[in-house]
Amino acid sequence: MSVAIASVVGTSLPRLETIEKLTGRAQYIADLNRPGQLHAAIVQATVAHARIKGYDTAAAQAVPGVVAVLTGDDFPDGRMGAFIKDEPPIAKGKVRYLGEPVACVAAIDEATARKAARLVRVDYEELPALLSPEAALEPGAPAIHEDLASYFKVWPAVCGGNVASETELAEGDVARGFAAADLIVENIYETSPQAHVAIEPCGALAEVDPAGRVTLWSANQSVFRVQANVCESLLLPMSKLRSLTPRIGGGFGNKMEAHVQPMVVMLALRTGRPVKMILSREEDFETVRARHPFKIRMKTGAMRDGTLVAREVEVLLDCGAYGDDSPGVLGYSLLMARGPYRIPNVRCHGKLVYTNKLRFGAFRGFGNPQVSFAGETQIDEIAAKLGIDPVELRLKILTQPGDRWFCGGEVASNGLGECIAKARSASNWDRRRERKSAKGKRRGLGLAIGAHISGLLGTGAIVRVLEDGSIVLNTGAVDIGQGSDTVLVQMCAEALKVPVETVSLASPDTDGSPYTWGTTASRVTYTTGRAVVAAAGEVEKQLKQHACEMLECAVDDLELRPGGKVGIKGVPAKEASFLHISLRAHWRAGGPIVGHNSWVFNKPTLDPKRAVARGLPFPQIGVYSFVCTIADVEIDEASGKVDVVEAWAAVDVGRAINPGSVEGQMEGSFVQGMGFALCEAMVWDGARLANPTLMDYKVPTALDAPHAIHTIIVEAAEPDGPFGAKGVGEVGINPVAAAIANAVTDAAGIRLRQLPMTPERVLDAMLEGGHAN
Amino acid sequence: MTERIPITLDVNRTVRTIAAHPGDTLLTTLREDLGLTGAKRGCNQGVCGACTVLIDGRPMRSCLSLSANCTDARITTIEGLQSDGRLSPVQKAFAKLGAVQCGFCTSGMVLAAHACLQSQAAPSADDVRTALAGNICRCSGYKKIIDAVLFAVGDRS
Repeated sequence: MSVAIASVVGTSLPRLETIEKLTGRAQYIADLNRPGQLHAAIVQATVAHARIKGYDTAAAQAVPGVVAVLTGDDFPDGRMGAFIKDEPPIAKGKVRYLGEPVACVAAIDEATARKAARLVRVDYEELPALLSPEAALEPGAPAIHEDLASYFKVWPAVCGGNVASETELAEGDVARGFAAADLIVENIYETSPQAHVAIEPCGALAEVDPAGRVTLWSANQSVFRVQANVCESLLLPMSKLRSLTPRIGGGFGNKMEAHVQPMVVMLALRTGRPVKMILSREEDFETVRARHPFKIRMKTGAMRDGTLVAREVEVLLDCGAYGDDSPGVLGYSLLMARGPYRIPNVRCHGKLVYTNKLRFGAFRGFGNPQVSFAGETQIDEIAAKLGIDPVELRLKILTQPGDRWFCGGEVASNGLGECIAKARSASNWDRRRERKSAKGKRRGLGLAIGAHISGLLGTGAIVRVLEDGSIVLNTGAVDIGQGSDTVLVQMCAEALKVPVETVSLASPDTDGSPYTWGTTASRVTYTTGRAVVAAAGEVEKQLKQHACEMLECAVDDLELRPGGKVGIKGVPAKEASFLHISLRAHWRAGGPIVGHNSWVFNKPTLDPKRAVARGLPFPQIGVYSFVCTIADVEIDEASGKVDVVEAWAAVDVGRAINPGSVEGQMEGSFVQGMGFALCEAMVWDGARLANPTLMDYKVPTALDAPHAIHTIIVEAAEPDGPFGAKGVGEVGINPVAAAIANAVTDAAGIRLRQLPMTPERVLDAMLEGGHAN
Repeated sequence: MTERIPITLDVNRTVRTIAAHPGDTLLTTLREDLGLTGAKRGCNQGVCGACTVLIDGRPMRSCLSLSANCTDARITTIEGLQSDGRLSPVQKAFAKLGAVQCGFCTSGMVLAAHACLQSQAAPSADDVRTALAGNICRCSGYKKIIDAVLFAVGDRS
């Protein structure tokens, strides 16, 4: 019987775990429990910057049901950090932001732990709180990290005082470029801190086995980063900790690096009992991480015909109290600040400054949404001054296939031109002047484009053929809700020409999975996908070796046949099933079939003949996806409220392995970007975060988001991508704020350079009748 | 800690008596005493909607409902929405249209959508947006969720 199966790559297969999620059976960290488990709670600092002189835990210890109260004194002296090893597992000796965990309690239930936590007293010697980069850069400002110089750093950092990192990237000669320009536009742009608000708060559960080895489940984006962070900060050998994952209730960068895992492991080690901690929403807001607020000075020089000749960018980032992913965000934002444009002379420089605030870190886009807001609104300003249509200007100055990225990195596939053409056509861009505004409303259309990498660091995959011929795929990549489990299984099934039901996916496990850096940098489809295809190729080779011996033919005469068979080309009757091959491999000859692949992204970011770089954190970065987004907005003249009525996003993903999931990523990116543009901002009242709740921090709801979000998929295949695929997780969010800002300008003639574009700011600008700042 | 008191609840057509603190929310009782973890604690403040359950057919925040006040009510959680092991029209539509991403909001979203379809014969897209406005989803952008509910309207008739 020949089994005809449709190609599984390119089909919108529902998530493999759809039914468990729809019936309430999916288990997230808060749903896991272990026998004899204790519950933990944190004690948060009440000051922003202070030396810790002592603790009084007696009252907390005395609460019936309390099993352990640990303070910074009970923790080892290890430090963690993705770029700078500057962060202890809990505040030790010093507090660096208000709300920072200073102690933790384990008790028989959560209510008891929280009650006892409120009774812990800490004696502080307060230091001046530095609440902005400017304040932290003042001469004589106290050092937030006195030992910064001696901390280990993973890249050639330029740092000192309260400057955690300084990066500069340059090509050409900007002074000469500006001297030749007919038009120079220079402005200041500001973006606000955005909270991730994954609907699942962070949490962890740790258990110590009788031999002293730790098993740790947690909300995460990488079981391997969890392992590294816990072991570095607690000075444990990595082999002594096994990190696992339940289902993850959303992660947008907030679950990539550590949150409560080190504290939970320490409590489990100290008590000898399983310990679970789930943060409240407020604690999650106050202690995890958020998107950096950027101050950006951007200056661009153009010729009368629109050609760009120079750009200079200066950014200032609030790092918060710990380095976390911030040096990467700074460097990446500068690498993206030229945009997908031909500009021969570019200089981008930025500083990342420690402050006494919550750490800022990775958040979908990784610094790109901020610089794209500046860059893509500035292109519109240039177009307006030159009297050129914003689309026509972009088409004129766009990088072309074959062009290098800023600093010289290779761009092997580039479908941006097609993205622009398709979004332009779908949105009726060229006929936008014919549209009418309703009474009391101003209607406008705005466009912005963008690019993003997918790639970075080490990745692996293991494909095993079990005795019955079924397949288990093991990659270690955590599906954070974006759908990578399904996509990876689709690729494995396609490569081996078996139905998707034949392939099961092993849950990520640091003991058994091959290393992967994590679910971040839009990288799983591209990097893990490549490893999956290569590992499946190894399996195919081994299957054919067995088959050629079984069927007595040459290996080259064999082919994989749909449905789990290897046969002789042109001879339908001569074939061997995976079942028979695998039985032979297990019991008679050759050994069980296992395919493995691991690799590390190794194409250089920098061409030293073309560009100079100082403090560059990513010497090898990734391949490029592209997007063009158009927003149709309506502004209420009475309130200044901006509504997005409709949106189009054309995205070049190389190859859509699962088009439905690509749409999901793009729609979600649009609405998250819309929140960044219009309503989301964390607000500090002095040192205290004033809106750490969903009542006070506004996330777009179904009523705020436009129902008409149109995703248009463009497929400019990446030559080395799996089936041509590249990433889609982040690219969509980058141009959204600029597209909306450009639409606001189109609608009302006002130019907002500060986010979010709240009704108040829009109305003020409209009342001033001109250009607001 | 206050003393526990016996509380009898009708959850998913099964009547059970448990010992609960008078101040326990329905969310706590469902998750910790009844082992029904489909309702999620997203904010514990009645804003995110991840803890939505049906109380006498109406979508309610279980994090704001006291268990002791629910003794005369019929409570339906996501675990009880299937009948005879078959998915409800909304569940089927969510699966078919790819309206499930991370899944953390899904239980509450499905129950809110189910209640919307129970109370409105032919809701428009805007009716659905309004009905779901109390349930935050951070992954999807809502489009596929709304499309799924509209699909379920057609599928039901």
